[in-house]
Amino acid sequence: MLFVFVIFAKQNSNDKKNLIMNLHEYQGKEILNSFGVRIQRGIVANTPQEAVDAAKKLTEETGTGWHVIKAQVHAGGRGKGGGVKLAKNLQEVENIADEILGMHLVTPQTSAEGKLVNQVLIAEDVYYPGDNEPDEFYMSVLLNRANGRNMIMYSTEGGMDIETVAEETPHLIFTEEIDPATGILPFQARKIAFNLGLSGAAFKEMTKFVTALYTAYDKSDSSLFEINPVLKTSDDKIMAVDAKVTLDDNALYRHKDYAAMRDEREENPTEVEARKAGLSYVDLDGNVGCMVNGAGLAMATMDLIKHAGGEPANFLDVGGTADAKRVEEAFRLILKDEKVEAILINIFGGIVRCDRVAQGVVDAYKNMGDAINVPIIVRLQGTNADIAKELIDSSGLNVQSAVQFKEAADKVQQVLS
Amino acid sequence: MSVLVNKNSNIIVQGFTGSEGTFHAEQMIEYGTNVVGGVTPGKGGQKHLDKPVFNTVAEAVKEVNADTSIIFVPPAFAADAIMEAADAGIKVIITITEGIPVADMIKASDYIKDKDCRLIGPNCPGVITPGEAKVGIMPGFVFKPGNVGIVSKSGTLTYEAADQVVKEGLGITTAIGIGGDPIIGTTTKEAVELLINDDDTKCVVMIGEIGGQLEADAAKWYKASGSKKPIVGFIAGETAPAGRTMGHAGAIVGGSEDTAQAKKKIMRECGIHVVDSPAEIGKKVAEVMG
Repeated sequence: MLFVFVIFAKQNSNDKKNLIMNLHEYQGKEILNSFGVRIQRGIVANTPQEAVDAAKKLTEETGTGWHVIKAQVHAGGRGKGGGVKLAKNLQEVENIADEILGMHLVTPQTSAEGKLVNQVLIAEDVYYPGDNEPDEFYMSVLLNRANGRNMIMYSTEGGMDIETVAEETPHLIFTEEIDPATGILPFQARKIAFNLGLSGAAFKEMTKFVTALYTAYDKSDSSLFEINPVLKTSDDKIMAVDAKVTLDDNALYRHKDYAAMRDEREENPTEVEARKAGLSYVDLDGNVGCMVNGAGLAMATMDLIKHAGGEPANFLDVGGTADAKRVEEAFRLILKDEKVEAILINIFGGIVRCDRVAQGVVDAYKNMGDAINVPIIVRLQGTNADIAKELIDSSGLNVQSAVQFKEAADKVQQVLS
Repeated sequence: MSVLVNKNSNIIVQGFTGSEGTFHAEQMIEYGTNVVGGVTPGKGGQKHLDKPVFNTVAEAVKEVNADTSIIFVPPAFAADAIMEAADAGIKVIITITEGIPVADMIKASDYIKDKDCRLIGPNCPGVITPGEAKVGIMPGFVFKPGNVGIVSKSGTLTYEAADQVVKEGLGITTAIGIGGDPIIGTTTKEAVELLINDDDTKCVVMIGEIGGQLEADAAKWYKASGSKKPIVGFIAGETAPAGRTMGHAGAIVGGSEDTAQAKKKIMRECGIHVVDSPAEIGKKVAEVMG
């Protein structure tokens, strides 16, 4: 069961598309802070000079001597790739910021090319010496899909990859399920603090931290909070040193301020364009572009392309309200991909009326002229399929039509060979 | 027989007068579904598509004995519509709406858990018992009456499977679209169980996709049940890369456990007839039904 939980956490955290929205560390911390969760304070900077100014300001506000420079990209494991460094004076702040800004940061969660760093967070040093030893914990809040309730997953093993902890020391991971009717209860916060081995001031701080953290998750309509590490400082404060926050896209309509936090530089440009057109698009590496209605049929169509000897170039769900405009937009997106050697349109009309899709195909051709120079196989089935077929056939377009799924696959095979 | 909906279901449409509600209610009525009215707050007392409009679900239950509801209410208000239906005593609540915030669904599923009702969806194509009742957005003509039950997370893939089954000269008892959201009212296992226990259903088609444990849970239940009724299975998303969501919020490969390959392996081990190509679902059904 625990393994399953960890998979959920990983699923959420790896996610990049359009049903959730990822935030940068500094944005996540802003949200946490607004709900009273204690955070490691910091100021975001776009240039080395801004970094130095931020460091000065932070020293004034917090009294911190040293500073931590942290690359702001949507990927975990930043420290491993050299994206998190300690600066002991302002010259080092400037040098390190200069080094990290503009670098392509490669981490275990990025591609081999890495991610371009556009911003750094200049953060206070919170590992200062004091009466007690600092300690690190792990904490996340997420949905348990098995029962439709949120839960807090936490561990004494902070600062480590949680998948590794789950594999090697699963008994050190705990979960606390939250009743939606009551929210987090005081005894649950105490249980968590006890399980983390805390006492005295740190215990009290932890109960406050956990309660505020869950409230923040709930009120911000988040899909995932992952705080790793949660730090107990040498003077027994509990704070979030890092923050991975993903928001539920479907709830952004009630959080306009969060919606504005989207950083499109972190996303695939074609996917950004697709989202704006209301299309669900995922860029892939293959040679056959596809346009399908419905996520399940789209995945099945991709599988079929593979069985026919091709590789899908994309996932593209034109959705339930596909009209001519959306189909044309979808066409344009697929054709932007130079690897595409053929296009398979597979529409089974339910909400989508096939004639609308056919009209879209025809209009797209007219509007785009010569731009479409790869073979197109269209398969339209379902509501108004007859009218659709007639529209396509009488248009004089250079498209091959298919009725059966198998037929479509065979035609893909033909054009590829 | 059939499951969930039939010709005697008294069906109301929540979000009746909106454009989606109107379009699909018309289609349902044309199909011969027993639509007894609809609900649009503030429009009670009017007639729409020749059927009475009510302000509340409770009123519809009282006035026209509604027992089944289909919801087309926009995402921001859909969870409330589900809870209203459950509170009013509706037994089968079919939610088509896509894009409901997860937090709203947590609340709604908690609210209805002790009520005597079954939620189908959200973000699903609905339920159809061919020849009796179409309570959803599927193209009705694709589905012909027969002895094959269908359970699917995906709308259009359900139509695809039904079309293939029908082209083999067979037909459908009931097709259930359970939806692809992280929180759904009826799981794969529950839907499969309904159909396995239905006398008229001689074979079940179970269509899943990458992500989550629903298909594995259903497969394990099936094996434990000792049922001799054949199940034909397909899992979409063999080519989907890990870590990317494929349209449905639930469709993402997170670990080795929820890839298409891993799911198909579990299903095969539990005695399910798994097809690798989505074009071969119908053929396999014909084969196992002899």
